[in-house]
Amino acid sequence: MCPLHARKLCLLSFVTFMALNLNATPTESNTVKINAAFEFSSIDPSRSGYVFTRMQVLETLLNVDEKGALTAGLASDWEILEQGKRWRLTLRDDVVFHNDTPMTAASVVAALNIAKEKPGAWQGVPVQAIKAVSDHQIDIELTQAYQPLGAILANYASSILAPEAYGQDNVATQLIGTGPFSAYEVTVPHRLVVEKFDQYWGQKAQIEYARYLTGHRAEARVLQARSGQADIVFGLDPAALPTLKRLPNLEVVRSDLPRTLVVKVNAGQAFLSPVEARQALSYALNRQGIAMAVLRSPESATAQILPPYMSDWYVANSDMSQDLEKANALLAGLGWQKNSDGWLEKDGQVFEIDMITYADRPELTTVATAIQDQWKQVGVKLNVNITNSSAIPAGHADDSLDTALIARNYGSIASPLGTLIKDMGQAKGGDWGTMNWSNSYVQSTLTELLSEADASVFTQKAQRIAQAIYDEKPLIPVAYYVQQTAVNKRLEGFRFDPYERSFFLNELTWVK
Amino acid sequence: MRQLLLKRLLQLIAVSWGVGTLTFILMRSLPGDMAYRIAASRYGMDAVDSRAADIVREELGLDQGALSAYWQWFTDLLSWNLGNSLVSGAPVSESLWHMLGHSLLLAGAGMAIALIIAIPLGLASAYWGGWLDRALLTASTVMRAVPVFVIGLLAVIVFALEWNLFPVAGFGTPAHLVLPALTLALSLAAMSNRVIHTEAKRVFGSSFYEFARMKGLSTWQAFKHHGIRNIAVPVVAFLGIQLITVVEGVVMIESLFSWPGIGHGLAHAIFARDIPLIQGAALMMGVMFVVLNTLVDIACHYLDPRGGRIA
Repeated sequence: MCPLHARKLCLLSFVTFMALNLNATPTESNTVKINAAFEFSSIDPSRSGYVFTRMQVLETLLNVDEKGALTAGLASDWEILEQGKRWRLTLRDDVVFHNDTPMTAASVVAALNIAKEKPGAWQGVPVQAIKAVSDHQIDIELTQAYQPLGAILANYASSILAPEAYGQDNVATQLIGTGPFSAYEVTVPHRLVVEKFDQYWGQKAQIEYARYLTGHRAEARVLQARSGQADIVFGLDPAALPTLKRLPNLEVVRSDLPRTLVVKVNAGQAFLSPVEARQALSYALNRQGIAMAVLRSPESATAQILPPYMSDWYVANSDMSQDLEKANALLAGLGWQKNSDGWLEKDGQVFEIDMITYADRPELTTVATAIQDQWKQVGVKLNVNITNSSAIPAGHADDSLDTALIARNYGSIASPLGTLIKDMGQAKGGDWGTMNWSNSYVQSTLTELLSEADASVFTQKAQRIAQAIYDEKPLIPVAYYVQQTAVNKRLEGFRFDPYERSFFLNELTWVK
Repeated sequence: MRQLLLKRLLQLIAVSWGVGTLTFILMRSLPGDMAYRIAASRYGMDAVDSRAADIVREELGLDQGALSAYWQWFTDLLSWNLGNSLVSGAPVSESLWHMLGHSLLLAGAGMAIALIIAIPLGLASAYWGGWLDRALLTASTVMRAVPVFVIGLLAVIVFALEWNLFPVAGFGTPAHLVLPALTLALSLAAMSNRVIHTEAKRVFGSSFYEFARMKGLSTWQAFKHHGIRNIAVPVVAFLGIQLITVVEGVVMIESLFSWPGIGHGLAHAIFARDIPLIQGAALMMGVMFVVLNTLVDIACHYLDPRGGRIA
């Protein structure tokens, strides 16, 4: 039997030991639980890097603010030299990787050289060489000026990992980044637990751990938000919003995304090649109806591919109202007449086209069937085919596609120019953009804009391009995306990144 | 016994080859370009394009003929190598192990709870009959007719939302297992309690059971010595078949509860055209089918050795 004070001492050391132990592992009370729809198939940044930048394990040289402007990241400063053909980036000197090795110019150059060989953001960037010029400076040399390079450096595919992170064939096998959180547990493809990194160069995290869990079903995600078992739930089903907004423990945050629901149209297809036919299909759409009934966000309806806050690319006077009379008149002008079944017919051929879409985003299928019904009113027979997202680039490549309903992210690279060049920079169009739509002004001017330094000339040219897209309808926009996020009120400091690059976990605190 | 095992080993080899080959042919004959499908799963829907598909095609040698791809798979299989996932690049055996472990845990827990529910209910309804039997028949029919995800959602609403007893979804702690296992168990017990009921009724109404009672055995003694084994033989055979369908058929439960099992993984692999993973998973299912059948045969033999030698 130990004396009383010794017993107290034993008890105290036991409690301290338990407390230390509790702090050292993620528990329900020290972990922010995040739930979203997307799985990560690999830890390589080119593949599912967005999960790791959002969870703030990986970081990029440059960042993007909510307006799309470039800000400093792992590079504290950047200069554009030699008429845009050389980008010089100055690296922060106090950055440490999660394996405690310092970030050097050599490790940054190695990571970027690996990134540029992978498909995705770096495709089409005219890189000549990436090299270190001193211990803290690197140069990216281009064969021609490329204005969106900054936005590409801010993309998840350009994340900087430690050299030790890469395995065979330059595929990342370990998650060694520089962010305010380091990887604690990675279970591909469902779960990622991250731990606060004390040697972070910037704002250090207040919370100890955060856990990302893929929730495949929208219903299950809503239930997790309701029950308080997830603290932050992304991608809420619009139908569940009224209920969630009434709950006292939750705050529902609405954010606009630079992602647009558009109908990709094969302008080379016989029925769709006259511009009047595409305009008629646009007039036949009841965008407000779709935005209100399906997306539960009436203000998200649009007839333009880019949102008003990307003002260079937004036309001031646009009309998105449904006008069946105009649609009918345009189609009649092309010689289409309704047959006894109510379908348009010309030279014995019925106006029958296919639309492919994919089920990854649940609203796409509902919107596609709504469009099917709306086009039926003008006599266009639309067959909706729900398949895999890859059927769209595949259908573009073999020219088999008539129309496709897609959710295009114009902010995956923060400057829309890079995406627009990919989508409509050539007469054939782009996998996720126009198809067989030839407008020589748009195609040549997009390339010119890459090296345009004068902001007012840039705006002027961008406006003409936006007007051409709006007038000729090589893509028929339907609505913008709105992200609805449920945040538990036990957390403070949540903000949403419209470019979906970060969850800003290091700014979160527990409400005392 | 040795003969049985030898026979089953040969069966195992035939099933493995057959399942692998059939999966290969089916996957190859699906419409759509494989390279695009794989690229979509690798790089996400925002980044899948023709260049990504070309890189995938070149890297994986998808241009090679079907026969040479098949031969590659077959020779790898002979050296116990299931290959790497086309999407994640990780060894298939690793992914399968992760998924199968979770599926077996869920299936085992589900079966155990199902038996705890089904055995007393099945026996009681056979013994007492009447209104109890009719009520259970109605409840079982309703439970069987309702899709399993509806049972799951109801369980979530009651146990997770209203009473806040268990997590809604996820994995990693014993608490996460409760609701998916309970959902699975309710759906299984709806069927198995009726099988137990029918077998128990057959035994209770048989002349040997009546004789056992007449010679003076108590209800418990008669049940213990003449009931259990006779009821158990067909029930064990049924449960064996049920278990295998459970392991492969719980996609809905796994996806509702974000449970990383093999059914869910297989469905995703099919969408992504991840052929090595699909072949590996199908192969594993085939092997499990033979192994479980063998175990059921052995169990039935020990329960009812009158059949003589098992073969």
